[in-house]
Amino acid sequence: MGDPALLEPPPPGAIQVDTTSARSTARRETVRLLMRRPEFLIGMGILLFWVTCAIFGERLAPHDPQLPNPLFSHAPPGSDNWSYVLGTDRFGRDVLSRVIVGARDVLIVAPIAALLGVTLGTLLGLVMGYYRGLLDDVLSRVVEAFLSLPVTLVALLTLVMLGSSTKTVVLVVGVLFAPIVARTVRAAVLSERELDYVQAAKLRGENGPMIMTREILPNITGPIIVELTVRVGYAIFTISTLSFLGVGIQPPSPDWGLQISEEYSMIINGYWWTVFFPSIAIASVVIATNLVADALQSVLQR
Amino acid sequence: MLRFIARRLALAIITLLLLSLIVFAISNVLPQDVGRSILGPFASQETVDAMNHKLGTDQPKLDQYLHLLKQIVTFDFGDSFQTGQPVSDLIKTTLQNSAKLAILALVITVPLGIFAGTLAALRRDTIVDRVIVMFGLAGSSLPEFVTSTFLVVLLGTQLHLLPPLANWPPGSNIFEQIHYLLLPALALVLVYFGYIARMARAGMIVALESDYTRTAMMKGISRGTVIRRHVLRNALLPTIAVVATSTGYLFGGLLAVELIFNINGLGRLLVTAAKAKDLPVLQAGVLVIGIIYMFATLIADILISWLNPRIRLGSEG
Repeated sequence: MGDPALLEPPPPGAIQVDTTSARSTARRETVRLLMRRPEFLIGMGILLFWVTCAIFGERLAPHDPQLPNPLFSHAPPGSDNWSYVLGTDRFGRDVLSRVIVGARDVLIVAPIAALLGVTLGTLLGLVMGYYRGLLDDVLSRVVEAFLSLPVTLVALLTLVMLGSSTKTVVLVVGVLFAPIVARTVRAAVLSERELDYVQAAKLRGENGPMIMTREILPNITGPIIVELTVRVGYAIFTISTLSFLGVGIQPPSPDWGLQISEEYSMIINGYWWTVFFPSIAIASVVIATNLVADALQSVLQR
Repeated sequence: MLRFIARRLALAIITLLLLSLIVFAISNVLPQDVGRSILGPFASQETVDAMNHKLGTDQPKLDQYLHLLKQIVTFDFGDSFQTGQPVSDLIKTTLQNSAKLAILALVITVPLGIFAGTLAALRRDTIVDRVIVMFGLAGSSLPEFVTSTFLVVLLGTQLHLLPPLANWPPGSNIFEQIHYLLLPALALVLVYFGYIARMARAGMIVALESDYTRTAMMKGISRGTVIRRHVLRNALLPTIAVVATSTGYLFGGLLAVELIFNINGLGRLLVTAAKAKDLPVLQAGVLVIGIIYMFATLIADILISWLNPRIRLGSEG
């Protein structure tokens, strides 16, 4: 998809005396390009909506998400004169309130896990790509063995052995994402290390860690940022699946995956609203993250 | 060709060793006291010691690992804590049901994905292309349990098009079973359709823009023949690789799907084993899925090298 905006002359207002550095101009240019992409705006809009829900949770919710109401167990949407807009679960708790407050845990845990994975993976990828040799060969084999197991499965085994808590979930998902990130970063480092500026740094006598962090790292931020957004999407995917399987976020949190796990066995009784709305919530967050990642990828790697 | 297969097999054995090492490290080295982490903080020290003795986790680590390797080779993983049945029997029976589901899903997804990907590439940048790409992206980015709940609610309990649960009556023939398995298979199709369609589309676009396609077109061969005889043959190589890798992930996705549709498969076995901290079942199940994935990629690599001599000869040179 060609961007016609690139061919247009800059608007008159934009030509001013430039006092900022080249890097911040480039950054502003990136933001401007992103703002022109509908998928970025839609994705950001959906994410902002859920972040608002996560922050203000109880203040936006019409009911207390934890308060049971035995008179209205499994009430369909619109019950009690539209007091329960999306219906209630088996304890008579309001589904709408639980969906709003349920955004909180996953939106805190998933980005932290993704950040941990990207940090570890970047370090690993830098070392593998820069030093090559035996170390790279051995680590590449280990990475490949890790990739031959579905992340959800290894996470399940690990969380059973270590016990589930928010801390272990973050740790396990972060560590399991690291090999995947390392592979991407390694590929980026491999093409960078042959460039002249790296040779120049070597001739200047800079040491390995210095070249990796000060020379190569700033030049591969594009792919790393893209990888981070992609990983946030996968972290939401993985953590909500783990919560659904009972080893992720623990009760009494109104987490979406947990809500579905508590109610799915009763779908056949016709209580569709208890699982349908949390599913919509997960789907919208995951798709929104992917839209943002997609836009970032096409803008940063143009 | 034989040399290539031998080399690839050696690589597979190394991966298998690493795989077993990873699983061993997670289940036997990571927890400080395996018996304690299974029985919980309130169990008496004697029960914990008895558990460690039963599992062999009071032995030196090297002996434990060698024991695990022996278990893999002999396919004898001891008995389940929950039922007392041999783990290998449990895995055999559940794997059959999982395999039925996975094969049905693959039989639907692969032709559909290749067809849609080819169509998208031939109609590139039109609305057909956009719809296929967007649909595939949305499907493959959603967790399996979310697509499953959507399908159960929409097609199962609201529209009554398909049975919402896969609990077929005992003694059903294979066609009745397929009828019951269609909805869970569809959940997996929605997830894996995107991967395959995307790969097929990318491969087709590369092949369509290549010189040999242009030459064939300029020779005056009809477009249909060029696509069938020249383009498809080259375009589908990367797709085969993706089919193999997604087979492994398919088995990971079975966890949630089998739980929602109540299928007595390997995925549900693993989740119930996880809830009960049934370590022998859990360990064996994870290993079996890893081995299935390894074989799928092995077969794909051999198939690709057979179809494309350049890869085979390149790795020998």
